[in-house]
Order: sequence, then structure tokens, then C-alpha cells
Amino acid sequence: MKKILQGNEAIARGAWEAGVTVACAYPGTPSSEILPELAQYKEITAQWSPNEKVAVEVASGAAFTGARAIACMKHVGMNVAADPFMTLAYTGTKGGFVIMVADDPNVHSSQNEQDSRNWARFAKVPMLEPGDAQECKDFTKIAFEISERFDTPVLLRGATRVSHSDSLVELEERQAAPIALGLDKKESSKYVMVPVWVRQRRIAIEERMKKLEKYADEFPYNIMEINDTKTGVITSGASYMYMKEVFPNYSYLKLGMVWPLPKKLIAKFFKKVEKIIVVEELDPFLETEVKALGYKIFHGKDRFPNMFELSPELVEKSLKGKSYKAPKIRVKTEDIPKRPPNLCPGCSHRALFYSLKKLGTFVFGDIGCYALASGPPLSAIHTTICMGAGIGGAYGAGKAIGKEGLGKMCAVLGDSTFLHGGIGPVMDTVYNKGYATTIILDNRITGMTGLQEHPGTGYTLKGEEANMIDYEQLVRALGVKNIRKVDPYNVKETMDTIKEELNRDEASVIITHNGPCMLHRREKRKFQFPYYTVDTDKCRGCKSCLDIGCPAISWIEQEGTTVDGKNRKGYVSINRLQCPGCGLCAQICKFDAIIPGQE
Amino acid sequence: MMKNNKVTNILLSGVGGQGAILASNILAHVFVEAGYDVKKSEVHGMSQRGGDVTTHFRYGRKVYSPLIKLGDVDFLLSFELLEALRYINYCKDSARIIINNQKIFPPAVNLGLAMYPEDIPAMFKKHFKNNVRIVNGQEIALNIGNAQAANVVLVGAFSQYFPEIKEDMWIKAITDLLPKKIHELNIRAFKEGQRISSDK
Repeated sequence: MKKILQGNEAIARGAWEAGVTVACAYPGTPSSEILPELAQYKEITAQWSPNEKVAVEVASGAAFTGARAIACMKHVGMNVAADPFMTLAYTGTKGGFVIMVADDPNVHSSQNEQDSRNWARFAKVPMLEPGDAQECKDFTKIAFEISERFDTPVLLRGATRVSHSDSLVELEERQAAPIALGLDKKESSKYVMVPVWVRQRRIAIEERMKKLEKYADEFPYNIMEINDTKTGVITSGASYMYMKEVFPNYSYLKLGMVWPLPKKLIAKFFKKVEKIIVVEELDPFLETEVKALGYKIFHGKDRFPNMFELSPELVEKSLKGKSYKAPKIRVKTEDIPKRPPNLCPGCSHRALFYSLKKLGTFVFGDIGCYALASGPPLSAIHTTICMGAGIGGAYGAGKAIGKEGLGKMCAVLGDSTFLHGGIGPVMDTVYNKGYATTIILDNRITGMTGLQEHPGTGYTLKGEEANMIDYEQLVRALGVKNIRKVDPYNVKETMDTIKEELNRDEASVIITHNGPCMLHRREKRKFQFPYYTVDTDKCRGCKSCLDIGCPAISWIEQEGTTVDGKNRKGYVSINRLQCPGCGLCAQICKFDAIIPGQE
Repeated sequence: MMKNNKVTNILLSGVGGQGAILASNILAHVFVEAGYDVKKSEVHGMSQRGGDVTTHFRYGRKVYSPLIKLGDVDFLLSFELLEALRYINYCKDSARIIINNQKIFPPAVNLGLAMYPEDIPAMFKKHFKNNVRIVNGQEIALNIGNAQAANVVLVGAFSQYFPEIKEDMWIKAITDLLPKKIHELNIRAFKEGQRISSDK
């Protein structure tokens, strides 16, 4: 039976068909859909881990018993998971162990752009790269076979246009994993990575790599298509799809396994085809390797960009150069106002960042919805690096500039990101006598990636009730003495509290309460009034309320006067359908022109 | 039905929350049922937060690229005027255009920093002449009970371009994809869309 599936759904289906029993992840675009999909299967323990390092460790532990296990993450997640991953490449696991890592070429929703193929070469493990949903499923299944056959973790590379594209997939039945479960007798030389045994495994890796190179030549998804023998293309994944679309008559060597490379197959391709072009997104990974084998290529990164993502028109333009005919430009679309994502109407982050902006605080930020407060009109964030980095940053900055920094800076991050990477740096701030103030924006969920549970929500991925982290107790145990709670919707109270803590020469933590994510169904936020409205008799058109960038408030340009005779250039209007009644704008209005609406 | 390897390109665009993704799921359901190969690609990571949503939808005997090439769109189905205009250059000269007659101001317009372009329908008519349909989706959907069903009104209007696909296949897609309590509303929305489209 064929069904249309998203790439991520197909990966989940492949894992289920392959007999996987344990799956873990920390959510991250474009990989987030895999785990919720896996959670629907009763045979699979699917769970959100507090971060990617833990996800890899849990999945590897399951595989040590012979089970098939998968850990999923976005490209930057691999940076966090790298520590266990790089050594698991030495030990291997008894059962099949696959790490799915989804790249985000063109940075649709990430803090950087990385080419995860480099991890395969770096760790000396194989990597498969699917190009559509059918391949997502097929490659996931074969990844487990490769893992068991060669005793290695296997990387499966996703990318936005593969993970988030839907296409037809042939569904098959689930097969039980082939290895019997159990704890084996001690085998220190294989699993205890202390120097004496590491050296042995180091040699074993090289031997494994040789075997994998041989296998690459017979890997069923490294496919040579000979058409026109003048021009051949070495490519993989989505790049193949774009090239095949635009240049259907060329010959192709489509690599389903991007590491290690099939040397014999490449040699054959060079014999059969006159000119070879290497087409790949991001780094010149295949190109460098093909050149290192001693081949001369006709075109590669001399024509194709080494950043952002490819597309059908971009591959055509890159290859045709001056002879490329661009389609007609009817309207200069660059001039059309953009529609960037925005904090939702009523979002508690908007209120908190408004306070920080008013205080003029230097904000060491984090990644998540609150990064949306970096753009105008809030423009309230000074750094965004990775989960947890803001806390260490604020603490370090204080160490450098000393008492000068008191009252001037803080770290801000979310509940999920705090649990992911924020505990260590708070501990450090206390231990090493820093004064950083950390503000945890507790919206009761992992927001930006689409509302995933985490250890602070009290529920698991499968919807079971679970332990709920008490942030106050947690940070108290780390040694923080100054712990405050604020309701971010109360601007004055919030500003006063933040000000006090910023000036304190000691670590402090401020936790927001009463501010669940506006999209959160379970903790649906209700405000005192159903919505707010503008008293157009009073609005002076000062635009102060526009400073919060609420999507429900708009400016109406129309010269006129207020009821008490003040001239104005226009007035504001609140969209009743969008306004949930948080009242932030009403607190900002100096003229009492924003008033509660009635049902 | 599938004599050659022609791939048909449909671009759907709108604003998060308008139901553009449901519309593209209905299309996928229908064209798969009709025996085509289908690929559909969208960026929806942050669309819930008021960003734009775009879906590239392609069907044919064999589809490779998940993305439509610039200038190759056969059908533009747009749920908001500005989001239609953003993709005007993606269309072939012969493209058929269906646009929901709704304006949703982006932040810069709300803040008074940019102007919402004037008379977008006229810009489309200038280039695509009689191949442009402007549909009052909100109004029609509200008349039958819920403005939320505007997306399905648009799908109904759009369905007129595919006489080879029978009405019951569209209805089946709608009932397969939506919860039972809103079947009736959405079937009516679809039929209204069909009707106003054939009234032309």
C-alpha cells in the first residue's frame, strides 16, 4: 500500500518497520515531527530527552542490549551529542544504532548552518542521505542493518526540503529486530574506553572503514544512471532531485551513502562519462573527496554556492552561467513588505522583553520564541548563541568588567532551554561567585518547535503524567539564594523585581509564572478581560503601544483631533479577533485610551 | 490521463492560521487517489506565529524536485492578497490564478512603516488577463456558518480547473482529513466555491 508521508513521518515509519523499540530526541526544526510520529506506535518507547547528548546516550544504552534504537536531532543538536557520539563510534553497539541528524540549509529556523556530513568523516562512521520520503523510509531501515553488520553507529542525514516534503511511500510490515536482548558478558576491550583499549579500537575503526568502503561499492542505493555520456553528475539527496528535474538527460551517480565513498563506482563513472560535475548543498564535501582520489572535475563549487540551499532555478543558473535566461520579472517582489514570524498576541515574552527594553538591560539571550524579540520594534536582545549560552555569557561578562556591569545585564532563556543547557552555567555562577541574573521564561512547554513536552511540564511525549521539575527547588539546590517569581504581565512589578536583582552582587534567578504559551491547549491562558479596544476619542496617536509589536494593534493614518481637542496624525486600532486581552498595551498607554472590551 | 511526463505545478500561499496547509493536504489526497505521483514541500516551522506559509505542490507521472522552479507555476492558489503578489514572478504567463480577497497586514504595515500594496487584483489582471479569479472566501464561508472554512471555499473554486477529477473525490478528501463535526460545513464550503467559480 502506498501512502503520502512527510520525510520525517517516513523516517518514523522506517524505524518502526525496522523493529526499533527505543527512540529519543530533543525537538529541533526540521527534525521535530519524527518522535511524535514514533510515539503513536505501542511497540516503541519514544521519549523527549532533556537534550541531544542524553538522547544519544539513552538510545545507545538500548542498543547495547541488542535492541534497535534511534536518536533524532537537528544539525546543532549533534554539537551537543558529539561527546558520546565520537566515542560510541569506537565501541559500536550490539543492536542497530542510528542517529538521525537534520540539516537546515538556508537557515530557515536555526542559529547557524552546518553540513553534518563532516561528522561522518570526523567520527569515521557511515552516513546515508535520502532525497525523498520513500528513501527516508528505505534508508532508515537499511541504516539499522549496516549498523549491526559493521558494528557502528550510522548517521542518517535529513535536510529541510527532505524532512519537510511529502511524497509517496510504499508501506511494509514491521519486522522484529534480529538480535536477542540481554546484557552480555563483560567485554572491556570493546566497551571500556580507557587508553589501552582505545588504541585497540582505534585500529578496529580503520579496519571497519575499509570494509565499509568496499560495501559502499555494492550499496544498493548508490545508483549509476547512464544517459548522455558527455556530462555526468555526482550528487545526493535533494540536490539530485533538483538536477534531475532541470537536466534529465545527463548521466548521474546518485550517492545514497555519502560516507564512505564508493571508490570503484566513482572510477567506473569517470570512465563512462566525459565531464563530471559535482552538485551538493553546503560544503564541497563530495568534491574534496573526489578530487583527493585524483580526479579532475568539470564543475563543482566554482559554479555552485557553498552556502544556503539549492533549488531548481539555482542549479540551472549556476550551471548555465551567462546563457541562463531568467523568467520575466513582473513586480519587484523584494519591495513587498516581509511577513516575519512574530510573538503571538498575548505572549508573555512580549511583556517581559518590553520591561527589559525599558530598563535598557544588556540581554544575553537564547534560542527559542524569545529570539523573536530581537527584531524591531522590541529589539531587546544582544546575543543569541545556543541553549544555555546566555547564562555563562552574562556571568563571564561580569567577571571581565567587574562591578561596572552590576544593574546592567542579565541572561534570559526558556524553561525547556534552561533544562537543556542552563543548569551548568547557573551552578558555575554560584560556585565561582558571579553575579549574573538569569530570567527563566517559563511558558510551560517547548514553544518554538511546536509545543513539545519536557521534564518541567509534568507530562511525557506519550501523554503520561510524569515528574514535574520545580525550578525554584532546582536552582536552590545549585546554591542560588535569590530566587524571585514575577508575573510578566504586571509590567511595574516585573521591572522593579528585575532592577533589584540586576543590582545584586550575587547570582539570582527570576522565574516567570502565569505566562503559559498562548498556543498551549492544556494550560490555556485566560485573562481578566476578553479583549481590549481603543477609545478613539482619546487616542492621541503617540504610537507608544506600537513599541510592543503586537500583531493585534495597527496604525491608522488619518489626521484629526481627540475629543479634548488635541491634534493627531492618526490613531491605533485593536483587532478584536486577534486580541486575547493580555492588557500589556493598556499599561503602556499614558492617555487611558486603551480600555477593556466586553463580551 | 498520464500520457506524457508533464508535471503540473501548484503554488499555495497564505498566512499562518489561514488553513493553507489543510488545502494542500486535500490536494495531495485527491491527486494521489487519481493515480499521480505527488510531491509537496512547505516551510512551516514558524507559521503559527503569523509568518507566511508557502507550499510547493507538484503532480505528474514522475516528480523529482520537491520545489517548483521560478517561473514554472501553472496554478497559484493564494489565501491572502499580499502573499499572492509575493509569488507573481513564480507564475508562467499562462498560469491560472485564484486569490482569496483578504488583506492581513504584516507587522511593518501595522506599525505604519510600510504600505500595503494597492490594488493587487488589478496587477494580476494586467499580466494574466482572464485567468485571474478573486474569491470572497471569508464572506462566502461566513454566510454558510464559519469564516474559518474560507480555505475550503477556495479549494472548491480551484477544483473547477480539474474536470477529470470527480466531485466525490474532493468530498472524500475533505471527510478523510477533517473531524466529523465539521464535515457538513466544509462540504458546503467546497460546493459554494465550486458554484461561484462556475457562475463566472
